[in-house]
Amino acid sequence: MMSDEKLLQVSDLRVEFKSRQGTAMVLNGVDFELRPGETLCVVGESGCGKSMTALALLRLIPSPPGRIAGGRVALRGRDLLACSEAEMRAVRGNRISMIFQEPMTSLNPVYTVGDQIGETLRLHAGLDARAARARAIEMLMQVGIPAPEKRVDEFPHQLSGGMRQRVMIAMALACRPEILIADEPTTALDVTVQAQIFDLLRDLQRENGTAILMITHDMGAVAEMADRVMVMYAGRVIEQGTVDEVLSAPRHPYTQGLIECLPELGSSRDGEPGPLAEIPGVVPSIWELGQGCAFRERCPHAHARCAAEVPPMFAAGGAGGHGAACWLLAEQAEEAMA
Amino acid sequence: MNARTHPDVLLSVQDLQVHFPRKSSWGRPPEVVRAVDGVSFEVRRGTALAVVGESGSGKTTTALAVMRLAPITGGLVRLGDTELSRLEGEAMRLARRRLQIVFQDPFSSLNPRQRAGDAVRAPLDLMKVGTPAEREARVAQLFAQVGLRPEQRHLFPHQFSGGQRQRINIARALATQPELVVCDEPVSALDVAIRAQILNLLRQLQRDLGLTYLFISHDMAVVEHLCDEIAVMYLGQIVERAPRQAFFASPLHPYSVALMSAVPTVAGGRRRAATRIKLSGDPPSPIAPPPGCRFAGRCPAAEPACTQEMPPLREVNPGHWVRCRRVEVVDGRAQPVIRFDNA
Repeated sequence: MMSDEKLLQVSDLRVEFKSRQGTAMVLNGVDFELRPGETLCVVGESGCGKSMTALALLRLIPSPPGRIAGGRVALRGRDLLACSEAEMRAVRGNRISMIFQEPMTSLNPVYTVGDQIGETLRLHAGLDARAARARAIEMLMQVGIPAPEKRVDEFPHQLSGGMRQRVMIAMALACRPEILIADEPTTALDVTVQAQIFDLLRDLQRENGTAILMITHDMGAVAEMADRVMVMYAGRVIEQGTVDEVLSAPRHPYTQGLIECLPELGSSRDGEPGPLAEIPGVVPSIWELGQGCAFRERCPHAHARCAAEVPPMFAAGGAGGHGAACWLLAEQAEEAMA
Repeated sequence: MNARTHPDVLLSVQDLQVHFPRKSSWGRPPEVVRAVDGVSFEVRRGTALAVVGESGSGKTTTALAVMRLAPITGGLVRLGDTELSRLEGEAMRLARRRLQIVFQDPFSSLNPRQRAGDAVRAPLDLMKVGTPAEREARVAQLFAQVGLRPEQRHLFPHQFSGGQRQRINIARALATQPELVVCDEPVSALDVAIRAQILNLLRQLQRDLGLTYLFISHDMAVVEHLCDEIAVMYLGQIVERAPRQAFFASPLHPYSVALMSAVPTVAGGRRRAATRIKLSGDPPSPIAPPPGCRFAGRCPAAEPACTQEMPPLREVNPGHWVRCRRVEVVDGRAQPVIRFDNA
């Protein structure tokens, strides 16, 4: 793949929600880029802004109360935030498409799966009904659904959870998008089905060169799918790098905690496993962020500087652009200089 | 399988069946959903048994049947010397003091209009445990025990985070000092960082109070961390049952091996994904399960004979039971039919 070209560049993306309590910054300056054909995983706890980032890319933030307050989302150099609504409709489902967590609620129960896959094709590729149906059958075959010419006329309730998610993937990939956003695509599925869906996504990515932005909270899934990882906390990216850098040598105390607190297979190999490491406390409310690093209350290394100023992203060295937004990195760099 | 009950055994389930009849409608003949179809196991006092399996395997229905929250259509459930499956009315109500449940979803399992302290006190009121003043003191003690501040008793559920709500649920389950606590996926709705807190709490409580857990889960890593024994269910039946170390060192049933290999791990990454045992298709319907081994249609090691006759659950190593005719014992050690390098 042409891995140096920038397919999607997001800079200083800000999303705010208004309510009676005031204005909450849900995304607070998110920067990242996505290269053609790669998989970028976004991880973090609920409320960290990972799904909001995906919705903001497609300009699907519910508004009101939400609003994209600033920043730039450049798809091959063109700022999507400056596009008209009609231009956005030509992007959604065509150049960037999305699959959601719960396949049952994201499919329309009163249309056949063929109609739903065909809709995208009629709209974006201008196919007539007959051609759209033929292409829908082809897509169903590509995502590994047996007897596609029969399944194409079935309704979502006639399919199992794994098959429904395959239909969602077929719909999303029908127009050969450049970017596929997958928001927890396997959370509602069993592990053996999850394994099938991951294999499918990897195969389709290899064939079509689609870039995947996958949102997940499962570190195992990250290790299996990602080329690069970004970790979010309270509306900011707090660490990013290649999958090896972030999982094997995490630099942000939050990422370190997330990895340490996981129960892993093999824990009983040498007898009774010890207690799991914990990250104390809970994620701060978006209404109580205030100044400084949002993680400082839960951080074992917090000090005066953390309360005063939000740390910017510091380079952590290495070839993959590894970085973490933590004052410890700045201080370690200063010590090395001295 | 077990003729008499060992005194250490708290919960004994024998040949449990939960069948749901469905009436005919729209020209469809009447049919029976065999959600749980002949399940037997025992849980020793002070230990934790995990029942694992995928959706539709019957693990939650088994738990609900043990709690007498799903209709038992056959078999026995015994708690200590009490035959739960035969109790009715007031006798059953009083027996509920001895077994309690923690549900999966910390949001829907608390009444939004009931204060947290009232929710925890409700079982004490219903069972008329102690005087009202004693109950209030017990609630404060329970709050402290699960890591909440006693003054948080007066708050409503929406004022707590997901992890805190699960702590309230645990406190409520512990209120009547039950012997058996059924945990139905107690951490799967929680964030990773919070999951560790709740798992550590469950383990601490088990040690402090000598609790016995029946732990329902689909997360193999969680189960390995917390449970002493594992039972794997597939389509209403147990296909393998073993002590933790034996199971995780070498699962024997092809389905258990495939299930383990499907779990993505941080250490395994893509190498693990590339070598995993792939299962095709979906489990068959519990309405008309196939004759013979129920996994045979998806099993990479199935032979024609597997589809002929249902294999029995047999003990191949001490305490290690498996329902697969292809597992052989060589030099006193049971050999898995298919292998997966779990490293």
